[in-house]
Amino acid sequence: MLLISCPNCGSRDETEFHYGGQAHVSYPENPNELNDREWAEYLFYRDNTKGTFAERWLHSTGCRQWFNMLRDTVTYDIQAVYPMGAPRPSTAVPAAAEAGTASVAADSTTTGTTAPGTSATSTSPGTTKSGITAPEGATK
Amino acid sequence: MSTHQLPEHPDFLWHNPEPKSSYDAVIVGGGGHGLATAYFLAKNHGMTNIAVLEKGWLAGGNMARNTTIIRSNYLWDESAAIYEHALKLWEILPEELEYDFLFSQRGVMNLAHTLGDVRESIRRVGANKLNGVDAEWLEPDQVKELCPILNISDNIRYPVMGATYQPRAGIAKHDHVAWAFARKCDELGVDIIQNCEVTGFIKDGNRVVGVKTNRGTINTEKVGLCAAGHSSVLAEMAGFRLPIQSHPLQALVSELHEPVHPTVVMSNHVHVYVSQAHKGELVMGAGVDSYNGYGQRGSFHVIEHQMAAAVELFPIFARAHVLRTWGGIVDTTLDASPIVGTTPVENMFVNCGWGTGGFKGTPAAGLTFAHTIATGAPHKLNRPFALERFETGALIDEHGAAAVAH
Ligand SMILES: Cc1cc2nc3c(=O)[nH]c(=O)nc-3n(C[C@H](O)[C@H](O)[C@H](O)COP(=O)(O)OP(=O)(O)OC[C@H]3O[C@@H](n4cnc5c(N)ncnc54)[C@H](O)[C@@H]3O)c2cc1C
Ligand SMILES: [Zn+2]
Repeated sequence: MLLISCPNCGSRDETEFHYGGQAHVSYPENPNELNDREWAEYLFYRDNTKGTFAERWLHSTGCRQWFNMLRDTVTYDIQAVYPMGAPRPSTAVPAAAEAGTASVAADSTTTGTTAPGTSATSTSPGTTKSGITAPEGATK
Repeated sequence: MSTHQLPEHPDFLWHNPEPKSSYDAVIVGGGGHGLATAYFLAKNHGMTNIAVLEKGWLAGGNMARNTTIIRSNYLWDESAAIYEHALKLWEILPEELEYDFLFSQRGVMNLAHTLGDVRESIRRVGANKLNGVDAEWLEPDQVKELCPILNISDNIRYPVMGATYQPRAGIAKHDHVAWAFARKCDELGVDIIQNCEVTGFIKDGNRVVGVKTNRGTINTEKVGLCAAGHSSVLAEMAGFRLPIQSHPLQALVSELHEPVHPTVVMSNHVHVYVSQAHKGELVMGAGVDSYNGYGQRGSFHVIEHQMAAAVELFPIFARAHVLRTWGGIVDTTLDASPIVGTTPVENMFVNCGWGTGGFKGTPAAGLTFAHTIATGAPHKLNRPFALERFETGALIDEHGAAAVAH
């Protein structure tokens, strides 16, 4: 059972959440220009990373908000929680340092002022504070 | 060596050779599928200068972890063809491999708990019959007759509204299946190399010409990937992507009991499937964990959920105990069907995506994949399961027949 820190509600059991798969997959900008191969990539191909993976979760029985998470797919360690629309935090920052940032604090209700998904350009409190501003995909 | 029979085992069923500097083909992954592929390459195509490279010990991946259910009652023609071919091979393999791995055709029941289940199941029985697959629809009292310990009363959360039944389906001893293939491979001259992890590929342009391993570089004309949960990792090393997501899938056993469970019962709807092993353990499988994972372990709530379903369906199980639980990493596709065929890299072939239910497919995966590796072209049974189907849209959606259950 994972213990997941919802940015709005704090630490809750995994059973309250719904998994949303790989994060940062955006809808094609010009769908009409895609060939079959590119459509297949968009529809059916997702990264299947062994190691740190950026993924979406929905707090379905809590605040019903989506958010992003960095999780190690081997140890299952949760390395960062950050809002939808925010860039993926750099994983160069050691997990211990990450864990100290506001966005992953055990009971982060006080940091929930930046609700995930409310603004596509907002960054999480944690990511700006520790200066981890790598653009999306840069650490992939 | 061919005269050895159960129960007397020779000290060794295969040798442990040092890797040679080059082979005609290298199979990555020494699970059931890798071993079956090597066997059919040697037997049907005369390719004996080949090696199976296994990063751990032989058949210690999903082959060691599955609940061994074998059946062929899938919905679509393409699936019925390949799984039924596999079932026919299971029926002759003990003799062919000279190894009685206790293939027990005790039948498999797939329960229906909702009106939707009932309709889907009856439709599948019809489709199975048209494809020559033995299948029957059972009413609840017939279900009870076949498996008296099942609770068919209508005061449970998901009452049993009937079941599909495939009499020729059953279970087999998974380890012995692997050992049977390994011994024959060894006899035919195949090198089985354990503790040999593939860490990269050597390419000449877009053509693979060798593999890098923790035991040195090996040149090869052809590479066949049979790495189940790690298929994406290997594909990435080779420079292409697969539409696969790896998930933990768990199972468990109870202590030994007197024979109480005569068949195999599966329920997609409440996520449990149960058989009783030859020795007496109740063997039960759960659903996959929702998240991607390579950890060979899953979350405990999945097991709790599975036990709740098991105890409601089989009230006498309340007196049994969970002895061991474990997990494997299953390679799932979006249409719940496997991928067997060529890849974007020349001379590299892939067999993966069997997900939660590839044990039953082992012989057919081996047969068709060997054909594809040897000839460079698909066998008629695996042609529909090419990687290209995700581009053409010709998906083979087996979620109804395959999803959670095996
Ligand atoms: C809990 C559970 C229950 C299941 N129940 C059923 C069932 O009842 N019926 C059914 O039909 N199916 C079932 N399955 C699915 C079935 O086990 C798999 O589909 C099947 O075993 C996959 O093929 P395999 O045997 O070759 O895989 P594996 O045994 O996993 O073989 C893959 C091998 O590749 C090796 N490998 C990976 N990376 C490398 C590398 N870089 N270099 C070298 N080697 C590498 C691994 O170590 C592994 O040994 C179940 C699976 C699980 C986990
Ligand atoms: Zn929440």
